[in-house]
Amino acid sequence: MLDTANAPVLELSNIRKAFGGIVAIEDFSLDVRAGEVVALVGDNGAGKSTLIKIISGVHAPTSGAIRIDGQEVSMPNATKAREHGIEVVYQDLALVDQQPVYMNLFLGRELTKGPLRVLDRRRMIAETERLVTELDVRIPSAHATISDLSGGQRQGIAIARATHWARKLVLLDEPTAALGVAETAKVEKTVAALKSRNIGVLIISHSLDQVFRLSDRICVLRRGKQIGVRETAKTDKNEIVSMITGV
Amino acid sequence: MSASSPAAPASPVRSVLARINLQQYVVYVGFLAIFLFFAVVLRDSGFLTQRNLVNIVLQTAPATIMAIGLVFVLSAGDIDLSFGSTVAVSALCAAMAMAAMPAAAFPVGILAGLGAGLLVGAINGVLIAWLRLPSFLVTLATMGLVAGIGRSLTQLRSIPVTDPLFTGIFGSGSLFGVPSLVIWTVVAVAIGHVVYRQTRFGAHVLATGDNARAAQVTGIKVSRIRLWVFMISGGLAGLAGLLYAGRLQAAKYTLGETDLMTVIAAVIVGGTLLNGGKGSVIGALVGSLLMGMLNNGLILMGLSVSDQMIVRGLIILVAVAVSLREKTR
Repeated sequence: MLDTANAPVLELSNIRKAFGGIVAIEDFSLDVRAGEVVALVGDNGAGKSTLIKIISGVHAPTSGAIRIDGQEVSMPNATKAREHGIEVVYQDLALVDQQPVYMNLFLGRELTKGPLRVLDRRRMIAETERLVTELDVRIPSAHATISDLSGGQRQGIAIARATHWARKLVLLDEPTAALGVAETAKVEKTVAALKSRNIGVLIISHSLDQVFRLSDRICVLRRGKQIGVRETAKTDKNEIVSMITGV
Repeated sequence: MSASSPAAPASPVRSVLARINLQQYVVYVGFLAIFLFFAVVLRDSGFLTQRNLVNIVLQTAPATIMAIGLVFVLSAGDIDLSFGSTVAVSALCAAMAMAAMPAAAFPVGILAGLGAGLLVGAINGVLIAWLRLPSFLVTLATMGLVAGIGRSLTQLRSIPVTDPLFTGIFGSGSLFGVPSLVIWTVVAVAIGHVVYRQTRFGAHVLATGDNARAAQVTGIKVSRIRLWVFMISGGLAGLAGLLYAGRLQAAKYTLGETDLMTVIAAVIVGGTLLNGGKGSVIGALVGSLLMGMLNNGLILMGLSVSDQMIVRGLIILVAVAVSLREKTR
């Protein structure tokens, strides 16, 4: 089913990344199509986070090409990646603790008004309230300070920010590692909603149950090498586990 | 409206109380308490006279200006120790430039004074933001360096400032009966407050100090922000130098020397966190006025210089302890 709507939003070809003499990623290729959830699995140190950092512009690949909507792009920094419609939910969430929720949702993209370009707090607050209601992030108010929120609420804010701004692709790095059952379910619902907006999702997760619930395809990484990509419907946990561990 | 979490009772009184952060108001309460104390104890010593109160504002004007700069630096997660000696060098540069070119004394004085301040700020900023040296050590070094330059420029002499326009605008002048130093204070605080609270730049300064990595990944140019805050601090130190030179009608290497600790105390008491991410320009103004009032009142009470230092130290300690309690909880 490779019609235009399902054309790859992201194509990685022959990505290689070396830090000095240490090769973190070797000859890695993968595409993520619009509206598709691809899970990236592998043991600790397999290179998953490095890959996310390459796609989000934090690290430049040593060699290889990144294409977005078929166009080869260079991604020298995070701003550039965002301009291409790519948003990331980092493992540490990248929130500013002493600022209110609404300032975090608009961090680096604050709305302004008037010729003096003063902050348009009212509009940011209104947008925030709309968004948290839509995504069912239960917070006391858009004014709440991040440091007063629970882990699940903070995660909700980080995901709300990414989904709000993403146009093509959302990268999720262990989005539910610190969450309870109900909060995890909510995150998974949000991921499904991204799919329906025709946004591609690349998710790193240690929970194979979650990977099988959410993903369309599973890509296994071991020691910086791609071991294989499987369609979720046509594989099972045993196969994936043996691909991860190599036994 | 968003649904509130079941754990938090949605009592309106509770949520209002939770919103009001007591820590932010410590400086105002402390200011009032100390004011009332002096007003009662010193009622016969002239503390409450208009002349004395205006005098406090005039005397604190340079410290308030420096405090605004420090709010920006601290909020960005850095520290500036060099602004005190920058004040002296800026005043000296202004005075020497005016002496060298008496025909165009006013503009030349301003350019030299602000230029010197901005230059020190830029040097700090480049070393800290681009060479990634720790701000504490960089500004500790430039503090000594700049102080030494101030001394060697003048062989420890005082340089008179005689241009009437300059001493009027930066010192003894007034507009509609309002002393120029008061106008400078109000204008600087107003601009500082608006930039800090109402602009994207202010928001980015706070984000940088709170979580530099988060700021970076959301596209904020963290290095540029850090350079800017040191330029602001340097530029405002330059302005403070002009105010000292205008008011005292002379520049000397000792100007601003004793302001470092006072200004840091004023800013911290005013609700700005030492490790970044949160602060207040208005709080710094009140903190600075509080320090000035303390100075004034303790002198009027007839305390010896050494006793004044002890009492001031104790009061600062209490104020800082109270205003930081929230953080260390």
